This record gives sequence, structure tokens and C-alpha cells, in this order.
Amino acid sequence: MTKQHANWSPYDNNGGSCVAIAGSDYCVIAADTRMSTGYNILTRDYSKISHLAEKCVMASSGFQADVKALQKVLSARHLTYQHQHNKQMSCPAMAQLLSNTLYYKRFFPYYSFNVLGGLDSEGKGCVFTYDAVGSYERVGYSSQGSGSTLIMPFLDNQLKSPSPLLLPAQDAVTPLSETEAVDLVKTVFASATERDIYTGDKVEIVILNASGIHRDFMDLRKD
Amino acid sequence: MLDTTALESFPSLISHGINVAGEISAPPSFQLPNSNDFDGFVKETIQMVKPAKGTTTLAFIFKEGVMVAADSRASMGGYISSHSVKKIIEINPYMLGTMAGGAADCQFWHRNLGIKCRLHELANKRRISVTGASKLLANILYSYRGMGLSVGTMIAGWDETGPGLYYVDSEGGRLKGNRFSVGSGSPYAYGVLDSGYKYDMSVEEASELARRAIYHATFRDGASGGVASVYYVGPTGWKKLSGDDVGELHYHYNPVTPSTVEQEMVEAAGP
Repeated sequence: MTKQHANWSPYDNNGGSCVAIAGSDYCVIAADTRMSTGYNILTRDYSKISHLAEKCVMASSGFQADVKALQKVLSARHLTYQHQHNKQMSCPAMAQLLSNTLYYKRFFPYYSFNVLGGLDSEGKGCVFTYDAVGSYERVGYSSQGSGSTLIMPFLDNQLKSPSPLLLPAQDAVTPLSETEAVDLVKTVFASATERDIYTGDKVEIVILNASGIHRDFMDLRKD
Repeated sequence: MLDTTALESFPSLISHGINVAGEISAPPSFQLPNSNDFDGFVKETIQMVKPAKGTTTLAFIFKEGVMVAADSRASMGGYISSHSVKKIIEINPYMLGTMAGGAADCQFWHRNLGIKCRLHELANKRRISVTGASKLLANILYSYRGMGLSVGTMIAGWDETGPGLYYVDSEGGRLKGNRFSVGSGSPYAYGVLDSGYKYDMSVEEASELARRAIYHATFRDGASGGVASVYYVGPTGWKKLSGDDVGELHYHYNPVTPSTVEQEMVEAAGP
């Protein structure tokens, strides 16, 4: 009696790309708004970005049902934290929480590729990048999703900073200003849209800085 | 049985008599998929999820203590997902763990091990030995044997008995030894490490040997690269000795000297 294989999969890939860039006193998080399945577009207007805490924003691509479940779990845990500690969760704390939340489903993973962006306790920009089961790392910039293999080399070329592992340590702050970083993000999405079928329609750009949170949209090719 | 200490995240929410939410007060367990073919499902998910792995790590004991070194590349299939992964994990100020295999598995269980070591210190008023720490980790990994964890780690530290080094993996294996290298680049690292190793080395000689071994592994193994980090564990704890980009190390070990023809051409071109 041969083993029966399942005739359906609980997962699907809704495509899309996410990017985050950390600066000296700001953080830019962006994601396109196209949601697809196979060759079909389900909607051109879906937000992949979630505002988890006052200074912490997450963008996720992959299977949006898992992304939605993950966002709900994280915001529930954040609410509990606020009740218990009477303050907002810091971005590094949320980063660790997201890692643990992803790992708790190690044997039935959230099919979600995340980037977390925000301001650390000193007000400096921080970006954390994840794989689907929770391994994470603080970096200066990152991209995830269907367009990430197109976007990442371009960001490396424009932004590559010395590795934090080097000794003697070298300063790794992105030299770009906030407006330059936003322009870079727009350029990057326009390019990714040209060559990735799952990226396009609009890009939602969120900017976090000392004065708060600001949201912007830019149209992309709809084909 | 499965080690579920990592899952007890809601002790403060469980008020006796008040059921906050059915899920929170249920006994902790990892969610498993409802599938007849668990192994097949796990294989497919791992292929789909492509957790970051591929690496070179090494550690050896010598006269002055323990030397630990690793590269910093994380690969997902053929894509380099990161060139700055911290593969040497600081469990506590006198113990280090190395990461090889699944990055999330290593990060999570090393952090869990650090927590367990701290609890041991508080309960017993003394630091845990390297033997004890490695046994704790090996027992956890053995309980998850067959479920698809991928961990190949070395626990290096200095305790009351002197320097200690253990190799622990996700099959449940645990080996005490003087020299180990783990990862896809380990055959290359062993070649350099074994031919240059002497017990009576100074800290400088040992760190140079470790650095060279990692460099040679990154040169030949596609899944290794980035920054070669070298740590030393001595009687006062661990200390990071160096972090060098392997691209720069290449020209440090193989300096470019222009040949006579090129030299003449440069001179002929003039100022």
C-alpha cells in the first residue's frame, strides 16, 4: 500500500515585493500593492504593510492569508505587552517577537517573507530581515518577495555598507538623506515592475521618523 | 519526549479559574499539520521555504584555550540571502556556539540554550559546564529527531576543568573533541587546519591558522563567503579577535605583483 499524497496544498503564493531602508534618523518601508495567484491578478489595491507599533512597521510578501494571520497574532501580543508594561514595544523587541512567532510554527510554517522597519531606542533607523521560519538579522537595507532577486543587487550597488562583522568596526550608516532614500525606493520598484510579473500596480511607501509616520503612494505599470 | 520549554510564553496570562482563551491555556505544543504523510509534507515545505544554510565553521582547542571561527554567508538555494550573518553565537560571556545548517533552527535553540544556562546558574549558584550545556542542547535536538531540524553546532567554552569543545547535531549526535569543522566548506577547512595544527601555538598563530582555514574554504566553497570572524575563548571568557572580508584576505594572501611585460608597458605609457 503506497503512501497517499495530498491532492491539495495549504499554501499559495500571492507574489509581490517589499523593501526597507534604514537611515540615520529615518526608516523607509515600501511594498507593491498587487495581489496575484498564478497568472491572475486578484486585486491591484492590497496593502502588504502593517503598522505593528508606534515606531515599528512590517512589510510581508508571500501567502497573504498567512501574512494576515501573522499580523493579527503580532498585534494581539503587542496589545498584551502594552497592558502589562504600560508602553509601546520597541522595534528590536518586536523583531525578536516576530522571530519567535515564526519559529513556533517551525513544522507548519507561515509562508511569509518579512522585513521589519522602524526606529530603535536611540532614534536611528533599523531594518530587520527574516526568512520564513524566523531567522533574523539587523541590516541597513533589505528586500523580500518575488522581486527581491532583482532589487537586492541594485540596493547592494547603491547602499552597500561595510559589514557589521568587520573588526575594527566600520561605520555602517546609510549615507542617503530621507528624500534620496524615497527616490531610490521609487526607482527600485519601477525597475522591478519591468521584469517581475508579480510586481506592479502601485507602491505604498511608509516613512518613519522622529515626527511620526507618513504614507505615500506611487503608480506603477499595471501590465 | 519533545522539549517544550521554548513554548511556555504565556505563564502570566494563565489565571487559575479564568480561561482567557482556549488556545493560551492549552498545554504548549508545536502545531503540526494534519497530514498522513508528515515526512513528505516536511520535505516539500523545506524545499518551498528554502531556509538559509550552507557554511563553514571551525573550532579547535590548543594550549592557550579554544579558537572559534566562521564565515558569514547565508544561501537560500543558489541565492545569497545575506553576507553578514552572525554564525558565532554568544551564549554567555564564557561560552560560544557556532551556527551551521538551518539559520532559524540554530538561532532559536542557541537562544533557548542561553536561557537554560542562565536558569542553571540561578538554581545552582554556579556556572554551567561546557559538558552540561552541550548535553542540554543535544537532548533537546534528540527529542526533535526526524522532524526536519537542521543543526550542526559546536559548543566551545572555558569552565572549571579548562577549555571545552563539543560537536552537537540535529541527529542527536554529541562528540567531545579537540578539532572540529562543520558545514559545506568543512572539507576545505580541515585540509588547512589539520596540516597547520600544533597544540603548542600562541594565540596569534592559532588565530592566523583559523583565519586561513576559513579563507580557503570560502575560496573553494560557493556556499561560504563574506566576513571571516575569529573568536578566542580563554580563562576570562571569549573575545573577538578579528573580522576580515575574505575578498580582501585573498589579496593579502596572494599579493598582485605586476609581471615584467606589464611593468614595461606601464613605464612605456609614461606619466
